[in-house]
Amino acid sequence: MSVLIVAEIAKGAFRKSSLEAISYGSRIASKLEMNAIVLAIGTAADAQLALAGNYGAAKVIKVDHPNFQHPDSGAYTALIADVVASTQSSVVLFTHDNLGKAVAPRLSARLRAGLVSGATALPDLSEGFVVQKNVYSGKAMAAIAITTPVKIISLMPNSVSPVLSQGTAEVEAFSGSADGYKPQTSSRYEHTERDGEISLPEAELVVSAGRGLKGPENWGMIEELAGVLGAATACSRPVSDIGWRPHHEHVGQTGLAIRPNLYIAIGISGAIQHLAGVNGSKVIVVINKDPEAPFFKAADYGIVGDAFEIVPKLTAAIKKLKSAN
Amino acid sequence: MKILVCISQAPDTTSKISFIDNDTRFNDDKVQFIVNPYDEWYALVRALEIKESLGGHVSAISVGGPALETVIRKVLAIGADDAIRIDAEPSDSFGVASAIAEYAKDKGYDLILTGKETIDYNGSEVGGMLAELLGLPFVSLASKLDLSEGKVVLETAAEGGLEIVTAPLPCVISAAKGMAEARIPNMRGIMAARTKPIEVAAGNAPALVQIKKFSLPAPKSSVKLIDPENVEQLVELLHNEAKVI
Repeated sequence: MSVLIVAEIAKGAFRKSSLEAISYGSRIASKLEMNAIVLAIGTAADAQLALAGNYGAAKVIKVDHPNFQHPDSGAYTALIADVVASTQSSVVLFTHDNLGKAVAPRLSARLRAGLVSGATALPDLSEGFVVQKNVYSGKAMAAIAITTPVKIISLMPNSVSPVLSQGTAEVEAFSGSADGYKPQTSSRYEHTERDGEISLPEAELVVSAGRGLKGPENWGMIEELAGVLGAATACSRPVSDIGWRPHHEHVGQTGLAIRPNLYIAIGISGAIQHLAGVNGSKVIVVINKDPEAPFFKAADYGIVGDAFEIVPKLTAAIKKLKSAN
Repeated sequence: MKILVCISQAPDTTSKISFIDNDTRFNDDKVQFIVNPYDEWYALVRALEIKESLGGHVSAISVGGPALETVIRKVLAIGADDAIRIDAEPSDSFGVASAIAEYAKDKGYDLILTGKETIDYNGSEVGGMLAELLGLPFVSLASKLDLSEGKVVLETAAEGGLEIVTAPLPCVISAAKGMAEARIPNMRGIMAARTKPIEVAAGNAPALVQIKKFSLPAPKSSVKLIDPENVEQLVELLHNEAKVI
């Protein structure tokens, strides 16, 4: 019996969120006295794949085939179901990201295996197999029991820190033929990000601004602050609705939900719909001239004042910190 | 073009979240339920736009008891031609997907749309499960959907850019922000909705998981306010206390 972790590769190495899943899965495996096996789909050198051992995995099965160039949910599900069978896996782990959301539910239905998506903590094995996740857009948590023989979890990125160990993982090629897993969909990638721009869904630091900025021409100071921090930029819904900022920057209930280490909200009042998209952030800083802004109730640090005075000072202070270190 | 839009109800975003029966059940007392925003704003409206440009029929489907009528009438008022309520009490996403799949399997839908997730369970599960049960292609989190030469062309976010995905019909697609703009029902729509048919079908909703207990997050400790004249203190706290920069 094993725990199978479906890991994603980007630019020749495991994604950070996949390393979190490998560590999480390995810790479950050791509690259940099972082996942690990683299924790595994509192109990476064996030396990179072996690094899964540092996160507790015993073995990596690599699959590098054109059928998996893009995440076709049908082809991925068929492959993973076969690997679950050949490795006799009783727990399967995904990351709760685009791939996990496309494939984990399909696999759940195919194997009649209970799925908890967006897990935020290690399962409680003291009484069955109980996994915690956030519900009601972060306003509550639920403990969910999976009672089926095979159990599937997708792990919320940036919620369980990986634990490093000294092990090594053996890397082997997928023993079957990958030719048969034909995708039903086709895809073409378009690069839209400017050089050096930080991708918002995966950003650890985010600088976000709202209507308090008065107009799109005032975003220069937000981009400058994000630049010195190495942060992604985001915005509130009204700002994307009126076209001051692109839609993909909108965080909140109906936009993107993010969980960065630091979220700096500038000139955003903090409507409950906005909070639903950012309440998973580890640290929230609010800068707003209205001391009654509801966002202050959800913040760790706050400054009541004029963003146009405070933001340039903040940028300067961070520059100073960076040059001192 | 025969389109099926899967609809769920969810507590209004401003609802107070609390639990009863020893924290095993959501307390719906005084809670106003709305159509799950992703289902309504994006999936349903895009379905209606397709119908308006290419012709066809848009049905809405929801799984649950008679209390769903309010959200179903709203969906009809926005413009769905008819609706189906599967009379079952699902306790997880697999129950919802199974009930819809059982109903939809021999109806010949060309396109089945869901919202990307519900704002209560936040699972993002029903669309993928439904596709698997029906043996159809599935593309999740599409922010754009167009039809071209008998296929759907979708955009989904990818690291550093976007994927332009082409899928054959029939297929299941989950809708994210960007696919359409929310519509407000007009008086004519509201009047018409009163007489549009709602089919009630029997169904089963088997479960694979079980919610044991809900809990509320620990209250956030109060905000640490920093003097606007002393912004450097904030940087110092973020560096040394919070250790995030």
